[in-house]
Amino acid sequence: MAEKRITLFAGHYGSGKTNIAVNYALALKKQREYLMLADLDIVNPYYRAKDSARELEAQGIRVISSFFANSNVDLPALPQDIYAITDDRRYTCVLDVGGDDRGALALGRLVPAIREEGDYEMLLVVNRFRPLTRDAQSVREVVEEIETACRLPFTGIVNNSNLGIETTPEDVLGSLGYAREVSRLCGIPVKMTTIEENLLPALQGKVPDLFPMKLQKRPTE
Amino acid sequence: MAEKVLMKGNEAIAEAALMAGCRHYFGYPITPQTELTAYMAKRLPKMDGVFLQAESELAAINMVIGVSAAGKRVMTSSSSPGISLKGEGLSYLAGCDLPAFVVNVQRGGPGLGGIQPSQSDYFQATRGTHGDYRTIVLAPDSVQEMVSLTIKGFELADKYRMTAMLLADGTLGQMMEPVSLDADKIVTFEKPWAACGTGMKRPNNIINSLSLIPEELEQWNLTRFKRYDIVEENEVMYEEYMMEDAEICLVSFGITARVSKNAIAEARKMGIKAGMIRPITLWPFPKKPLLAATEKVKAFITVEMNMGQMVEDVELATRCRRPVLSCTRCGGVIPSPDDVMGAIRKACELGGDAK
Repeated sequence: MAEKRITLFAGHYGSGKTNIAVNYALALKKQREYLMLADLDIVNPYYRAKDSARELEAQGIRVISSFFANSNVDLPALPQDIYAITDDRRYTCVLDVGGDDRGALALGRLVPAIREEGDYEMLLVVNRFRPLTRDAQSVREVVEEIETACRLPFTGIVNNSNLGIETTPEDVLGSLGYAREVSRLCGIPVKMTTIEENLLPALQGKVPDLFPMKLQKRPTE
Repeated sequence: MAEKVLMKGNEAIAEAALMAGCRHYFGYPITPQTELTAYMAKRLPKMDGVFLQAESELAAINMVIGVSAAGKRVMTSSSSPGISLKGEGLSYLAGCDLPAFVVNVQRGGPGLGGIQPSQSDYFQATRGTHGDYRTIVLAPDSVQEMVSLTIKGFELADKYRMTAMLLADGTLGQMMEPVSLDADKIVTFEKPWAACGTGMKRPNNIINSLSLIPEELEQWNLTRFKRYDIVEENEVMYEEYMMEDAEICLVSFGITARVSKNAIAEARKMGIKAGMIRPITLWPFPKKPLLAATEKVKAFITVEMNMGQMVEDVELATRCRRPVLSCTRCGGVIPSPDDVMGAIRKACELGGDAK
């Protein structure tokens, strides 16, 4: 798990960033006293880290999210608390960045302080079953767009290739080559492969750096 | 079969439209359908298509009229308040007998309402704006069906020279599901009526909704309604779910039909024989299967995310032979299977089948 103080999850819209960030924070809390999950998404008004706020806060995780997330108001505003990410270094921070370059734009204001401290991991979440990131070349375009928007280079790849509830172990195994190709083309190492926890028995030992997750849902579902 | 991909409903509509041969999109962003606009903005320029974010919804629908008149497949999309703004253009499309594909990813209303999901534009979609006209209204209940009904929508629009509207809601637009992007056969039509240049070989095609002679305008309406009769006869789509032995019939479309299926499973565990007729076309409305169901069921329940807008259509279709109840939530709230179970219990008492 994280060796750096700040772990950021960014990538293509709908690649699974929020689900990963929430699961990652829950796992990391077991090793950290001060842990914070910050939801920086200003693009998607539905399906937010805030959906899991109750579970996160029950574990003692500080959740920073837009006051308007999941409300009936579509206001792309971030709370002042986000400055705690860079100001309060007691905390280990997990950041859920909005999708694509449009979502990553909101990160810009924190980037000078993040770079100055230099204690971060910027992870690119990829899913080869998303139609606009099916090959390494398309991922590279997304990488360039995001890095241009937020001015923070990626340091690792999270292979989150999945087909939702229909994902099979073969789908995951078949995506490893894709992740390697993305890695080669973008010059970024693969840091982990994320899977739904029910696939763990079938994949354990066959995939390096496996990270099992529980699917986060809206409380109404 | 093509390898499945994981898509949001809004993206799936956009991709299906491209598969159907649509290369012209005019729109204006609004939550919760913005991913559709964003997807088109990314994809269309790479396909030599035209993506244009108009200055307003009004402008967008009028651009649709122009491209449709030229004989090309064209679409626009919006969410509830934005569809109201497009209302005038929808009537002009009908008056000009022009095909168009229009998407409404509904949110809570009335007014500016909210951004959470709703089905409160049922009246608007099935009744339309000014003038005597009809709109084919398609109501998908999954991301996969958003693909097939988008392709079907373009086909029906061209076939009958009218607007086909895909009526979705915020949940369907935002949810991600695995889909197969197989193009079922893409059906296209010759458009000899299109205003796309005479080549000096034929007289001008004139596309217009204005008539100065009352008798002529009446004739246009009569001709148009003969076409609507054919649509009602041939294009009704619906799903019957566990209706073989059903005593309580839920009537629900879109995302609430999925909630209803869960409630039906619960009811059957308790020994209540519940089933569902799911209208897939809201116009033409599946009147025949509903009327036939009155022979065996004791009561109907509409399950909707509005104040019960479909109740009247069910009462008309069933000639009020059985009670029609409604189970509704609105304002952006999705009914839970428990809400539906409550209504099923009530219907049992009313229908004299309490268990």
